[in-house]
Amino acid sequence: MNVAATMPRDYSLIGRDSRRAEELGLASAEWYKAPIARKRLKELMQRSDEAAIRDTILWIAAFLVTGGLAITFWPGWWSLPFFLAYGVLYGSSSDSRWHECGHGTAFRTRWMNDAVYQVACFMIMREPTVWRWSHARHHTDTIIVGRDPEIAVMRPTQIAKVILSFIAVPQVWAATRSILRHAMGRMTAEEETFIPDMERPKLFLTARIWLAIHLGVIALAIMTGSILPMLLVGPLPTMYGAWLHVMTGLTQHAGLAEDVLDHRLNSRTVYMNPVLRFLYWNMNYHIEHHMFPMVPYHALPKLHEELKPWMPKPYASCFAAYREIIPAILRQMRDPGWYVKRKLPDGLEPVDMMTRASIAAARG
Amino acid sequence: MPHWVEACDRDDVEPEDVIRFDHDGRTFAIYRAPDDRYYATEGLCTHEEAHLADGLVMDHIIECPKHNGRFDYRTGAAQGAPVCINLKTYPVKLEAGKVMIDLA
Repeated sequence: MNVAATMPRDYSLIGRDSRRAEELGLASAEWYKAPIARKRLKELMQRSDEAAIRDTILWIAAFLVTGGLAITFWPGWWSLPFFLAYGVLYGSSSDSRWHECGHGTAFRTRWMNDAVYQVACFMIMREPTVWRWSHARHHTDTIIVGRDPEIAVMRPTQIAKVILSFIAVPQVWAATRSILRHAMGRMTAEEETFIPDMERPKLFLTARIWLAIHLGVIALAIMTGSILPMLLVGPLPTMYGAWLHVMTGLTQHAGLAEDVLDHRLNSRTVYMNPVLRFLYWNMNYHIEHHMFPMVPYHALPKLHEELKPWMPKPYASCFAAYREIIPAILRQMRDPGWYVKRKLPDGLEPVDMMTRASIAAARG
Repeated sequence: MPHWVEACDRDDVEPEDVIRFDHDGRTFAIYRAPDDRYYATEGLCTHEEAHLADGLVMDHIIECPKHNGRFDYRTGAAQGAPVCINLKTYPVKLEAGKVMIDLA
């Protein structure tokens, strides 16, 4: 029986479903991994600076061109298309950059990962310390209710929140409160469950630096009598450029199973065009990324080919994914226990909650 | 007093790689560095107990397969979040083509 079908889920990290996840053996559990040969996996895990340096030079150049032309044509209407492009770079491509560099896989050289991580985190308003640790938990307990702090669409679906997320209203509201809280040296009870004590001074310092930068941009706008600085740096470009990362990000897990120990059941791999894959750094190969997070973004297409025999059929496009996601999350508004069941290749068994619960029961 | 245990043949570990060695209910990781020196640490990551032998060796760093936490396997030193606690290391010697570790 699906527990989610009978009672509302508690997504808090310190609530009823958090305790339930631990009791069922879903917390920090062993997950299904496709049986790829160690030798081949090791080849795919190899790090290189080359691809990420090339992509980062292109990324910076795109910022300079779009931002430069937006400033050049400001305040005329011709600046609008350049701001729209700049916003996508600022508020959306930063999503994949913080993510990959947070894993430490984009570059081989550590300081390069750290530098891009800090910049991208600022753009998307995700505090580096909080998100490094929340993302570690997301990988340990992917879409386990009460354990995963990064479940984007909780059930029953709050559709207004999903729609507003395309212009980052809930994200920026939450980030602003969080930055202010951390700048004052305080944390939430939930954050205390996944951020170690030794990381806290760094968390508070970063929040204070960010606050100073944001206040500095506002002061510059007031001094120059123009909103232009705020359109280039701060919450506004995070918001007007968010739509693309939300569009790609929702394909990762929305509408799929909760409380399973098999990424093939709670994640999607979606084919995307080369432009999207550049902006998204191949995170469309999301099942593969979750199963083997040590494989850098530039090797994910190869990993995808290797893992095909064990994987569900990938979605042909974002359009194909959204043909499933939209009806699914609408249905989950009134039927929160319902979810999309992925079909595995013939003869392969999924590892679901009941499998794990049976194992836990057998262990006594 | 040293307690040397045979872990593997020296050729069982490829250059710049790691293998798992289980002994007496404990698990260890045996490393072969790019300079052909051998090292040993406890086998599980101090963050969430993933087997380090499934990870990636880069120069003198072992990266955990679960959250990409990194350690210097020569000293066991954690290299930063999400790993905060150092790994325990064990002395290693080569003897007649075998990798021996001291579990004392």
